[in-house]
Amino acid sequence: MSLDKATVRAIAELARIEVKDEELDHLAGELSNILTFVEQLSEVNTDGVAPMTSVADITAPMRADVVNDGGYPDKVLANAPEAAEGFFTVPKVVE
Amino acid sequence: MSKLTDLTMAEARDGLAKGAFTAVELTGAHIKATEAQRHLNAFIVETPDLALDAAKASDARRQAGNIGSMDGLPIGIKDLFCTEGVQTTAASHILEGFKPPYESTVSGKLKAAGAISLGKLNLDEFAMGSSNQTSYFGAVENPWKKKSDPKAKLVPGGSSGGSAAAVAARMVLGATGTDTGGSIRQPAAFCGITGIKPTYGRCSRFGIVAFASSLDQAGPMARTVRDCAIMLGAMAGYDPKDSTSVNMAVPDFERALTGDIRGLKVGIPKEYRPDGLSDEVARVWDQGIEWLKAAGATPVEISLPHTKYALATYYIIAPAECSSNLARYDGLRFGLRVPGKTLDDMYKKSRAAGFGAEVRRRILIGTYVLSAGYYDAYYAKAQKVRRLIAEDFRKAFETVDVILTPTAPSAAFGMGEGTDDPVTMWLNDVFTIPTSMAGLPGLSLPAGLSQDGLPLGLQLIGRPFDEETVFRVAGVMETAANFTAKPEGV
Repeated sequence: MSLDKATVRAIAELARIEVKDEELDHLAGELSNILTFVEQLSEVNTDGVAPMTSVADITAPMRADVVNDGGYPDKVLANAPEAAEGFFTVPKVVE
Repeated sequence: MSKLTDLTMAEARDGLAKGAFTAVELTGAHIKATEAQRHLNAFIVETPDLALDAAKASDARRQAGNIGSMDGLPIGIKDLFCTEGVQTTAASHILEGFKPPYESTVSGKLKAAGAISLGKLNLDEFAMGSSNQTSYFGAVENPWKKKSDPKAKLVPGGSSGGSAAAVAARMVLGATGTDTGGSIRQPAAFCGITGIKPTYGRCSRFGIVAFASSLDQAGPMARTVRDCAIMLGAMAGYDPKDSTSVNMAVPDFERALTGDIRGLKVGIPKEYRPDGLSDEVARVWDQGIEWLKAAGATPVEISLPHTKYALATYYIIAPAECSSNLARYDGLRFGLRVPGKTLDDMYKKSRAAGFGAEVRRRILIGTYVLSAGYYDAYYAKAQKVRRLIAEDFRKAFETVDVILTPTAPSAAFGMGEGTDDPVTMWLNDVFTIPTSMAGLPGLSLPAGLSQDGLPLGLQLIGRPFDEETVFRVAGVMETAANFTAKPEGV
């Protein structure tokens, strides 16, 4: 599979990573090489094989639905690049 | 008495118990070693003051007769484990300055056992790499040197490169590592130390910065098999905060070191001897087989037919999971923020500035293989092949008790080598990735030196939750290998 620049731009958009136009050619080449490498899997017969989602042979555990943590907004916000009045702040999203 | 920094963890534990030295003295000696070896760049953050306070508290506990299994033993923590109040970066710019308000379960258990942390150890950014050259905080240097070119700087392997270098250079008695595709075992091999990735589910992942959640597993790195057994005993155990941690009693791993492996069947997979395997690696592997035979075990040739597809499978599954896990770095709640005109603009600018080239590459690949129209062709296909790889091991373990392979296809290579082509770099993990895909325990121990004077490692793979057999066989191999070489100047 060979990716073109438009596809790389679309992937970067989905991943929310800004990519400069002059990087697109190089990235398209790198990502295409990786996809070519992984495409060898198409030669493996996987008919009737169920996808393996986890190696741990356990069912998701249940717990009581109770509040057992919280009440320290200052601690939660301590690492925020910007916070105000007990909230995380973001650029204006509504005009 | 030998230098305090030359002791193994078990010897230091005995010395503390006998009162031959105090935790403060032992910690002080290791802090000095850390300062003397700063050029290796093994630590991102050193915490000598916290360490000395903890050592004083350890000595007081010992006076009071109330000590833990690792009381007073200086260790390092890979900077992927959240440590309360101490910067945790995953070696990424995007987390620079982040001080977790909580402690990871594994580092918390080590502290509860009395271990003394000297600081946070360098790694590949978000644990993505095999040479510790992708760290935002600079590459780590391997303390070992080539005989033919002692000036050349070598990589320590990765991603737990800071951990491996710090243990090899006698800065700490042991260190935590994490292993997603070989990140404990390959650097252990490159630095001439021992490390074990336990069975997936043995150690809690709570508070470890996530890379690929179905593969990530914490484990110990130290200078002997016994030391790894001591440390894994303190790290392992059920944790309700990690739904994949297994509710199973933690055995006394040290007691597994009986030295008796008579009658054990050791699988030798024929697929691990590809064309072009280095003669030196093949020779040390053959030597390992001879050691096990001499100790009364029986080598059995086995086949793991899907081995050659493990790397490609990994490089779909791991990036897919990483692209999902790393979505949380949004410039909002913690870490780096680059201002933008809109919310999306801020996300994109923050993530572009915060992630390095290898991390960005993997996020983009992961995003692609999970995107509409490609999910089945790539991700679901890889999950199916993953099951076939795991089945290969399951079948092999019907006839053998443990599997012996090389850890890495070569000894440590030079800094700057192999960085041009990501796929070539990934080949470093060709022998360790299949074990990760199957979630099995894998241990690397030093088995000898290359012609050029560099350590070479062998890997032992066990059945799920049978770390004890792995330790038992490793103990026998360690005695036979009698690996006493040290890096120059350490």
